[in-house]
Amino acid sequence: MISSGTPNLRRRIASALVWSLVALAGAVALGRVALGRGEHISAAWLLVAALCTYAVAYRFYSAFIASRVFALDDARRTPSERLSDGRDYVPTNRWIVFGHHFAAIAGPGPLVGPTLAAQFGYLPGILWIIVGVVVGGAVQDFVILCASIRRDGKSLGQMAKEEIGPVAGFTALVAVLGIMVVLIAVLALVVVNALKSSPWGTVTIALTIPIAMLMGVYMRWIRPGRVLEASAIGLVLLGLALLAGRWVAERPDIAATFTLSGRTLALLLMVYGFAASVVPVWLLLAPRDYLSAFVKIGVVAALAMGILVVLPPLQMPPLTRFIDGTGPVFAGALFPFAFITIACGAVSGFHALIASGTTPKLIERESDARVVGYGAMLVESFVAVMALIAACALTPGVYFAINAPIAALGSTTQSAAAAIANWGFVVTPAELDALARQVGESSLLSRTGGAPSLAVGMAHLFSRALGGTGATALWYHFAIMFEALFILTTLDAGTRVGRFMLQDLGKHVWLPFGRTAWMPAVVLSSALIVLMWGHFLWQGVNDPLGGVNSLWPLFGISNQLLAAVALCVATTIIMRMGKARYAPITLVPLAWLVTVTMSAGFEKLFSPLPKLGFFAHARMLLDAQSGGRLPPGVTSQSTLLQMVGNDYLDAAVAAFFLLAVIVILADSARVWWGLLRGGMPVRSTEVPFAPRASLAGD
Amino acid sequence: MTQFSRFVVIMRRAGALARRVIGAPDYEAYLSHIRVHHPHTVPLTRGEFARDALARRYERPGSRCC
Repeated sequence: MISSGTPNLRRRIASALVWSLVALAGAVALGRVALGRGEHISAAWLLVAALCTYAVAYRFYSAFIASRVFALDDARRTPSERLSDGRDYVPTNRWIVFGHHFAAIAGPGPLVGPTLAAQFGYLPGILWIIVGVVVGGAVQDFVILCASIRRDGKSLGQMAKEEIGPVAGFTALVAVLGIMVVLIAVLALVVVNALKSSPWGTVTIALTIPIAMLMGVYMRWIRPGRVLEASAIGLVLLGLALLAGRWVAERPDIAATFTLSGRTLALLLMVYGFAASVVPVWLLLAPRDYLSAFVKIGVVAALAMGILVVLPPLQMPPLTRFIDGTGPVFAGALFPFAFITIACGAVSGFHALIASGTTPKLIERESDARVVGYGAMLVESFVAVMALIAACALTPGVYFAINAPIAALGSTTQSAAAAIANWGFVVTPAELDALARQVGESSLLSRTGGAPSLAVGMAHLFSRALGGTGATALWYHFAIMFEALFILTTLDAGTRVGRFMLQDLGKHVWLPFGRTAWMPAVVLSSALIVLMWGHFLWQGVNDPLGGVNSLWPLFGISNQLLAAVALCVATTIIMRMGKARYAPITLVPLAWLVTVTMSAGFEKLFSPLPKLGFFAHARMLLDAQSGGRLPPGVTSQSTLLQMVGNDYLDAAVAAFFLLAVIVILADSARVWWGLLRGGMPVRSTEVPFAPRASLAGD
Repeated sequence: MTQFSRFVVIMRRAGALARRVIGAPDYEAYLSHIRVHHPHTVPLTRGEFARDALARRYERPGSRCC
């Protein structure tokens, strides 16, 4: 049959040719990105480098893992069919699962991290995002998803307990709670920094709360279950809220009421978080979630369009002098802090919770796991690339004016311009004033946390893509609104989830505390969880270094710790399947993450530099106190003692995270040793093979 | 008219897709499941189902991320 062999051969040659070209284009673009010196390179190079690498990795590496490690089999029954209940376990089309999974994993993380890491220049960020995702993040999500599918949709915590042991399981459980607390605190801080002294932003965000409640009432009482109608109404109202914010900002007498300090905003957020955790979900959480999912997908698409149309040149140099650790945005040198700062987008442990949560219960065919697990993470990584582009398209002067703390810049545009000139970048006070006016704010100085600088970047892109700078202020506040919207969605849902976790842990101490429908227990546990993240938020708001400086690294460390847990579980599962020769697939990213997390944590604890090390900072404060003077930015003796206390607390949290890494790694190593040396039987813990019932009808 | 009814069908499908992507409770899927697998039980009403689905969605980490 020569005639059937020839087209087949021709197709194979064509395929080899196309993939060689894609690989070549990616390699050329990466080379251009890495070696370009002197002039401003176009964002197009970053996009090509990222997209080609993703395509090659998806086509070859994810296929390799799918066939060699798991031998994914469409004839095999998945939990969505075996346990089908029409509620949690529902066989679902792969593209719907993909959308659902992406909407669940993509939050503010991939937007904020790359923006902060831009202080090193664009090169470290782009390389880590691209390489990290294809060998780390996407692998983690994919492997955990497959493992959970083969185990009836078990959660990461359950798998850690059953595959490794009770010690690892319990450590993972407590670590997840710790991560939630730090995550919510740092995200709340980002919102506070975006809204302080901004009546426009504050009014717009405040209005999203009654809008969500209105949608909730609509879906519950007026037209029960009409989610899309309610969302459409909500989206229109969001647009009106944006205009209402501008209306308020233009009237000084009313605007004064909504011009709030960081402290006031922090207290309001705590009240909001508490309320969201106590009131019924249909009233606030669910409608907010739907709205935020639409806005999220819409804005990610719009950002991609904006970048593709404008293809902005990158103003930031590939590497800045701050790779030595003297940067103003956050303390610490390129290694290890670039890899801690950018977690989501490269590798994010949190995703392992989603990949072992709702998603595995929806997967219809095993092969769908590849596009959902590996594919969705590639898209999230692309979001991180776009955030990096938006930050690096700003001139470095503007970028540092927005992202450096007040302690480094002073409080006027003159002092800021002088400080920035000292770092070797040029921006005039007049430019900074004009930019603030253009986006409708009184000042953009020291709005740390990443959201405002991303919003400025997006506003520039959108107004250039659509022509005319008149709408820049509207675009800026639109970007702030969307970031705050989905940060608050993480904050309120996270507080509620944290409350349930706390009740679950607490019932071992006092049984009634675990009763989720008993009001006193609900109020007490909600208050406790809000106090926990509220404490870190309060500390961040009052920190003269801007708070993000100490909180974001803690968040990064905790997120990478969770990734280490996930990769330990993944490695153990691969070895139990008798495929230890493929263990390096998860062992290599694990080794890197442990190296990065341990060294970053160690530096945060023991660095002699007060800007970096928690203990050194406490010592600096105490020395100043015994010398009878107050360090800059500290107002009284009691604040000083409070700050010392916070340093010790931060140190304790960091130490706990490091200890958790060691415990889980040691416990896993014990199991690996047993499996490799024959002390433990190599036996797969998967649910045995059963054929799909619907296969006949396929 | 056929043009229009085709449009309605497409819009309905797009709506169902959007609802499932954002994770809204899918009552129709639940109903058809009950009809096929437990034909003798009385299914929850639309309201009861929605309430139950929402309550469960926010109990565990695994539906939300950073």
